[in-house]
Amino acid sequence: MSEIIAAYSSLDGPTLPILHALQEEFGYVPEDAVPMIASALNLSRAEIHGAVTFYHDFRHEPAGKHVLKLCRAEACQSMNGPQIAGDFLAKLGIGWGETTPDGVLTVEGVYCLGLCACAPSALYDGEPIGRLTRERLDAVVQEARGA
Amino acid sequence: MTKIFVSRDAASLALGSSQVVQRMSEEAAARGLPLDLVFTGSRGLFWLEPLVEVETSGGRIAYGPLKSSDVADLFEAGFLTGAAHPLRLGRMEDEPYLARQTRLTFARCGIVDPLSIEDYRAHGGYAGLARAHSLVAQAVVDEVKLSGLRGRGGAGFPTGIKWDTVLHAAADRKYVVCNADEGDSGTFADRMLMEGDPFCLIEGMTIAGLAVGASKGFIYIRSEYPHAYRTVSKAIEFATKAGYLGPSVMGSGRAFTLEARLGAGAYICGEETSLLESLEGKRGMVRAKPPLPALKGLFGKPTVVNNVLSLATVPWILAHGGQTYADFGMGRSRGTLPIQLAGNVKRGGLIEIAFGATLREIVEEFGGGTVSGRPVRAVQVGGPLGAYFPASMMDLPLDYEALAAQKGLLGHGGIVVFDDSVDLARQARFAFEFCAAESCGKCTPCRVGAVRGVEVMDRIISGIEPEKNFEVLEDLCSLMTDASLCAMGGLTPVPVMSALTHFPEDFDKAPRVPVAAE
Ligand SMILES: Cc1cc2nc3c(=O)[nH]c(=O)nc-3n(C[C@H](O)[C@H](O)[C@H](O)COP(=O)(O)O)c2cc1C
Ligand code: SF4
Ligand code: FES
Repeated sequence: MSEIIAAYSSLDGPTLPILHALQEEFGYVPEDAVPMIASALNLSRAEIHGAVTFYHDFRHEPAGKHVLKLCRAEACQSMNGPQIAGDFLAKLGIGWGETTPDGVLTVEGVYCLGLCACAPSALYDGEPIGRLTRERLDAVVQEARGA
Repeated sequence: MTKIFVSRDAASLALGSSQVVQRMSEEAAARGLPLDLVFTGSRGLFWLEPLVEVETSGGRIAYGPLKSSDVADLFEAGFLTGAAHPLRLGRMEDEPYLARQTRLTFARCGIVDPLSIEDYRAHGGYAGLARAHSLVAQAVVDEVKLSGLRGRGGAGFPTGIKWDTVLHAAADRKYVVCNADEGDSGTFADRMLMEGDPFCLIEGMTIAGLAVGASKGFIYIRSEYPHAYRTVSKAIEFATKAGYLGPSVMGSGRAFTLEARLGAGAYICGEETSLLESLEGKRGMVRAKPPLPALKGLFGKPTVVNNVLSLATVPWILAHGGQTYADFGMGRSRGTLPIQLAGNVKRGGLIEIAFGATLREIVEEFGGGTVSGRPVRAVQVGGPLGAYFPASMMDLPLDYEALAAQKGLLGHGGIVVFDDSVDLARQARFAFEFCAAESCGKCTPCRVGAVRGVEVMDRIISGIEPEKNFEVLEDLCSLMTDASLCAMGGLTPVPVMSALTHFPEDFDKAPRVPVAAE
């Protein structure tokens, strides 16, 4: 952890790059990183903690093995996104931001992925998917579960 | 070797372009035909994607929309020489959707290899910077003023005037910050430009640096755009290696360096002062203005904050002259607007066109109506803080002042189409829900108002005491409009009130609990 922190400390405004790098490495921002970043950057713990909690991206605990980000914004709403997403979550038995009990898939809601001309859309482990259907989502779960 | 152009834009990938390309390479290998694959950005005609263009003596011949299962058939038909096939589209330039546009900012997007500086130069790149180098700083700023360019991020503030303020601010250090947070739903032009023509943005920022006397710039890209971030980061690296960025830009002796930074999933960080806080590593809390960022911006220094499209339009303006740019448009909206047409529409995509086109031209002529085949009932213009307009208002021209006169806004140029299955009361509720989720929390009208707004809408939707709740809703909206510190809280009433004004029937729910007889 201290290596990652040191690698970015010399940037102008290093806090976000450090938090992103930590999350990239661990899948979340570990609690004990906060005092380490604070002392490396000569800031108070409260300031770092404040930054970690402000941003939707930073997780406080590990996500599932795979992460699906589903767009909840207007263009996707106009193409039946909410119904498709609602059915999907119900089928998985989880809510927004939750992980399936087998730890395989975390489903997060986001507001717009810039894929609005092929709505509804999603990012699966960073890969964009457009014109989402219930079948396509079923295939994603199958893939996540390694079927 | 036949050159084949394929888009690697995130939306093209979302539509399956990489599977098609994969299949194409396999098929070519099996047939012993060497292919020269060139990855480009997208032309922005997404209903025709996945799409490939083949270089022939008669120009680039396009085929689309393709499925992997079409590939063998294309080879059989001889598509590598531009042969006939049911999916042959001909030259994209002749496609009416594109032919009717005026592509200035997007002149190269979808045509060039986004990471080739040679390609960029061959298509007119760096002519603007060369011209800027021959001028004094004030003359560069004056050229931008003359163009009439207004910020494309939403507020529509004249770019040249902002630059003038920064130029004349005395400081030991100044910054140029590109706002690539593109948080507005229904918009994707910044993303397309960053993925399809990143050097254009880099050139625009370099010109801005030269004009205002800044030697360092940041591009703040939302984390929902991992592809754009990668492309821009690579482009910065290549431009630096080629001497277009660094201690002496193009051998001029003037320094300009760039860094790309990732946001972290907060809509409010698109607001410029919140963005600056975020770049500094803090919570994205909106700052009170004044001081303007132009005087006290990043790390307290004078800072130009501009949207991707504002900056990426500057090279064209410098290369062709401010007046030439100003000759396009209407009223006080000069030049071209990259419109993003999305949602329930047959032909969604990027439409760069002079200001003044009507909603009807965009939604019906370009868009071809809804994809569901049902009637268009509403369009939301300008992102989540923009107004919902009914089909009867489709003659509205797309111009900053014309939309403001109808209590709407142009925002970043996004248009989202809804068919008649939409419930505008639900959309109004969503506007509050979104504001509650994304408010920075600094001021009460927004932080508390948004939550109350959701509750009031829930009651209206359930038909509980409608008269009383309409009153509460209107009071709440005027409070948020008047007393919010920034446009997040200040403009959330726009979608709400437009929905109520133009679609009152959706709010008129029968009371669930019958009122007792008097
Ligand atoms: C809530 C809110 C969100 C905003 N989001 C963006 C955004 O995502 N991108 C952007 O360029 N401007 C956004 N803006 C506008 C910026 O505050 C600012 O006006 C803009 O970056 C200035 O650049 P321009 O003059 O080139 O448009 C937003 C404003 C508000 C109030
Ligand atoms: S209006 Fe909302 S987002 Fe803007 S400063 Fe106030 S609380 Fe923050
Ligand atoms: S609104 Fe869903 S991707 Fe933009």
